[in-house]
Amino acid sequence: MSLFLCGLVVLFVGGVVSLLSGRKPAMASSLGAGSAVVGSLLAILPAFAVLASGRTESLRMNWNVPLGSFFVQIDPLSAVFLLPILGLSALAAIYGAEYLWPYRQEKNLGVPWLFYNLLVAGMALVVVARNGLLFLVAWEMMSLASFFLVTFEYERQMVRQAGGIYLVATHIGTAFLIVFFILLGAHVGSLDFDTIPAVPSSLAGALFLLAVVGFGTKAGFMPLHVWLPHAHPAAPSHVSAVMSGVMIKTGIYGLVRTVTLLGAPAAWWCWVLIAIGVVSGIMGVLFALAQHDLKRLLAYHSVENIGIITMGLGLGLLGVHIHSPTLAVLGFAGGLFHVINHAIFKGLLFLGAGAVLQGSGTGHIDLLGGLVKRMPWTAAAFLVGSIAISGVPPLNGFVSEFLIYLGAFKSGIVGGLDAAIAAVIVIGSLALIGGLALACFTKAFGTVFLGHPRSIHAQQAHEVGWAMKSAMVILAALCVLGGVLSPLIVRSAQTVVGQITSLAPDAVETELATASSTLTHFVVVALLLAAVAGLSLLLRRRLLRGRSVREAVTWDCGYAAPDSRMQYTATSFAQPLTDLFRFLLHTHKEVRSPQGVFPPDSALETDTADVCEKHLYQPVFEAIRWSLGWFRWLQHGRLQVYVLYIALTLWILLIWKLV
Amino acid sequence: MMTTLKLVHLVLAFVAAPLLLGIINRTKALFAGRRGQPLLQAYYDIWKLLRKGAVYSRSTSWLFAAGPWIGFAAVVAATTLVPFGGLRAPIAFPGDFLVLIYLLGLSRFLLVLSALDTGSSFEGMGASREVTFSALSEPALLIALAAVTKYTGCVSLSDMVVATVPRLWLDAGPIVVLVGFALLIVFLSENCRIPVDDPNTHLELTMIHEVMVLDHSGPDFGIILYSAALKMWLLGQVLVGLVVPVHTGILWLDTPAALLSMALLAVLVGIIESSMARVRLLHVPQLLVGATTLSILAVVLVLR
Amino acid sequence: MNDAADIVLVFLVLTNLMLLGLSRLGACIRMVALQGIALGLLPLLMEGGRVELHGAAFAIAIILLKGGVFPWILMRTLREVNTQREIEPFIGYGKSLAIGTLILVVCIWLSSRLPLPEPAMSSLIVPVAFFTIMSGLFLIVSRRKALTQVLGYLVLENGIYAFGVALVDKQPMLVEMGILLDVFVAIFVMGIAIFHINREFDHIDTDKLSGLRS
Repeated sequence: MSLFLCGLVVLFVGGVVSLLSGRKPAMASSLGAGSAVVGSLLAILPAFAVLASGRTESLRMNWNVPLGSFFVQIDPLSAVFLLPILGLSALAAIYGAEYLWPYRQEKNLGVPWLFYNLLVAGMALVVVARNGLLFLVAWEMMSLASFFLVTFEYERQMVRQAGGIYLVATHIGTAFLIVFFILLGAHVGSLDFDTIPAVPSSLAGALFLLAVVGFGTKAGFMPLHVWLPHAHPAAPSHVSAVMSGVMIKTGIYGLVRTVTLLGAPAAWWCWVLIAIGVVSGIMGVLFALAQHDLKRLLAYHSVENIGIITMGLGLGLLGVHIHSPTLAVLGFAGGLFHVINHAIFKGLLFLGAGAVLQGSGTGHIDLLGGLVKRMPWTAAAFLVGSIAISGVPPLNGFVSEFLIYLGAFKSGIVGGLDAAIAAVIVIGSLALIGGLALACFTKAFGTVFLGHPRSIHAQQAHEVGWAMKSAMVILAALCVLGGVLSPLIVRSAQTVVGQITSLAPDAVETELATASSTLTHFVVVALLLAAVAGLSLLLRRRLLRGRSVREAVTWDCGYAAPDSRMQYTATSFAQPLTDLFRFLLHTHKEVRSPQGVFPPDSALETDTADVCEKHLYQPVFEAIRWSLGWFRWLQHGRLQVYVLYIALTLWILLIWKLV
Repeated sequence: MMTTLKLVHLVLAFVAAPLLLGIINRTKALFAGRRGQPLLQAYYDIWKLLRKGAVYSRSTSWLFAAGPWIGFAAVVAATTLVPFGGLRAPIAFPGDFLVLIYLLGLSRFLLVLSALDTGSSFEGMGASREVTFSALSEPALLIALAAVTKYTGCVSLSDMVVATVPRLWLDAGPIVVLVGFALLIVFLSENCRIPVDDPNTHLELTMIHEVMVLDHSGPDFGIILYSAALKMWLLGQVLVGLVVPVHTGILWLDTPAALLSMALLAVLVGIIESSMARVRLLHVPQLLVGATTLSILAVVLVLR
Repeated sequence: MNDAADIVLVFLVLTNLMLLGLSRLGACIRMVALQGIALGLLPLLMEGGRVELHGAAFAIAIILLKGGVFPWILMRTLREVNTQREIEPFIGYGKSLAIGTLILVVCIWLSSRLPLPEPAMSSLIVPVAFFTIMSGLFLIVSRRKALTQVLGYLVLENGIYAFGVALVDKQPMLVEMGILLDVFVAIFVMGIAIFHINREFDHIDTDKLSGLRS
């Protein structure tokens, strides 16, 4: 535990020192990134120890705030979330040092590093805090630090707007959390997690809903996700990776912790989680299909993967409710494993997108192309990430989805009617989501990296430096390892799943052992795949030796002057699917079609605004603004009148009370 | 002994896969009043291609060259998961059908990327349609397998197939029929047969799978043809295994029965191809959603 | 009745009234400085002779800050801004004085009605604290120039501090430190802000700021 606190201190101090040395960009950069890496590595060691041994480490200190106490604890659940938080933050810091370097002339580089370290420290503190007030303080620290990071390029209007939306959204969520904690600790008088007794079932339902909304805003459940597609593209890429990979997972952590605090789950909780998971997953991937900007596409995919995680958690909770150990263990194991896997491959994809952005200067998919030749390392890393996120073997994305599927097939369907219906819904949704994700990532990778460059940006793209490359390569290697070492990883989930489901350790161990042996077969198949692939490539080389291998142009059906703009664009690639689902997407199309015999310019422009934002939030906020217009007359713009209001109120209260 | 037999079945799958194509083409030819290609034509084609040189487009990268071969490896790995003729598959475990389906997904991923690598509109078009239709057919497939899981009580493909006995038809006949229809539609869609795709068309604008591989040549193209044949054999085995209730346990009965069922399936596909026209491209999603509906109906009946 | 403390309190009242009636900004700043020094001395006088180390250190800190640092920052700002007088306040100087006296009377009456524990050493301190707060607010409300607003804010804080001295026996350091830090930062920020406002608009009439409203 002391090591963990050491790590946090290193993060704080490193951030402040980095800020103070802002005049010298090299020093600020290396200090900031270095302290982030060192701090994260220091703090991650206790997490490994706890996960391996199953013991809980705690520390309790007094804090001079009413109802607050500095009570931190690393138990297996916290450890499972600490691993991706600190690991990805360390890698993203290495990447960020190089990514922020081009900004050293216009901006003080110490500022983003201060806030980055605060963000990492905040996230780590959130998952280990065991007092409601400490939790909220860490939560706010995390949110505010990420706000300042999102608005790093504040001179762009889009970034300012994104920052505003993010700030409002996160504070709405925090408001729900404040109510949640007040209700939780009200009848006990203390906000320490270990003093909260069994909660009565009427209150438990309300608390669960508050937690779903409060934590769901951070996690990105539909329809609370509207800040994600704005904030993640606006932030610098290493920050987007951290936000999308691990910050939204703190919402999932909060939800799981709530479930462990509230005791036995009611049936409708599981249905709520599964419903949220299905809706977020399907709508997330559909909206991702319709995007033109690479980072916005990845942001919507985060929504989709949160949906998958929530589906796993919902199934797990259902397993706890109907006392089916297999379903509980497999659901939670799959969901938590997907938390870690998503952190790895989403971090990798965002870092890749940042590399594309820096190497070519644009993130607009339809302006890129052919980058695989100019940015080979980035392309290879992005390919690994795309395969992983599509849930295709042999990488880690497949394994976590496989565990959820296995739970549904093995014990969901053959269980009672409720479990069977939930299982079928989850199976169907996961299948659809998997297919759509594959479509989306073939689109993204294919349009950005393959084919011909579609614009001057892509023609002049250059590969990025070694820091960014090494971060991406490490993450890609982790994707592969996550798939190949999955039997061992699943075994090590014993402590954490046992804690969440509060099942007997023997039952958990049996289930995990069965899952582990299943995964061992899978690894055998994966190794077979690798072996046959290697042999086939050798065969190809052997076959082509000594034969004529020529180069020519792509088959163009005889057209004499093909242009790189004639390639299939990303929008066209996704068009069959986006048209099919247009009742959900409401894509706005502007067409200037060719007219006449020798048509001049024609154009097609599509724009898919977020449905929830356009039809739910904007009308509500417009209504609020309209009704507040009635009070316009109170605003003179004169400072003195406002202070007069205060003074008058003070006088009136005094006189009223004292007379 | 069992292991050797399973390996024999595996080799049989590798060897006999292109024969299916031959049977289908012969059936179509008979319907059209022609004599048709030799049954072993697919073998001749693949052999010819493997002996040729290759032409690569300047727009392509290493992905274009490596994609088909890694895709082939994926299909080969998937073959080890499929049971044949009353015997369990060489590698069988709970949830193996998921690995099977997603390995075919990997093969499709790489093929689509190879197509996009050429930078041609035709390949892009084909790729786009391919991913659309496969996204819609996967739910049908998995929900149908969910129904099968429920009525057989097994979670491994091999167990499910072994449990398909005449008794099952008596107990859950209508459900097996529904599952069979759904799986047939998915089979036709995944293997690019009419009514989803026409394997004989030469108009780029109407192709799906054919146009994705337009620029491949030589050994690459040969291995693509072989992978497609192997994939058809695989999916056919799954379909036949789950529908035809001949799993008595006596090897000398089961294996010939399985072979005969595969041949009959090929003839059936030939008949379907000859008697129907291709469905309009805009209506193919409806067809696939229909397949999903059949699967859901099967599940509903099973859960009742 | 503690004579020394009473003298200081009466002095405070006088400084407040002077602030309400003066138009030269430099003199106003000096008045506030004197107020600060007086307030620093006040707790020492309230104890009635017992001077402890941390109390003395605290008093010196307050005197330095309120009597020295803040006025210095404000004088510097005044020089940059190049204004001498507050001409045309919302409420004229004569009227301000009259209203100020009225406020003083009402404050004395109100404090007599407040259910407070008997303050140590002096019964004048609560009304004076009240009056200081109210005159600070009055300054903010009735003047135009941003610098006067800052002065009003300082006077307000002085009043709150006096109130704290009256009510709290042992002076919890944390609360006092908190207030001090708060004021320090505020003055700093305001000084900078006034400088920038003057640079942008060439004046520091807060009245004209309402033109920013869309």
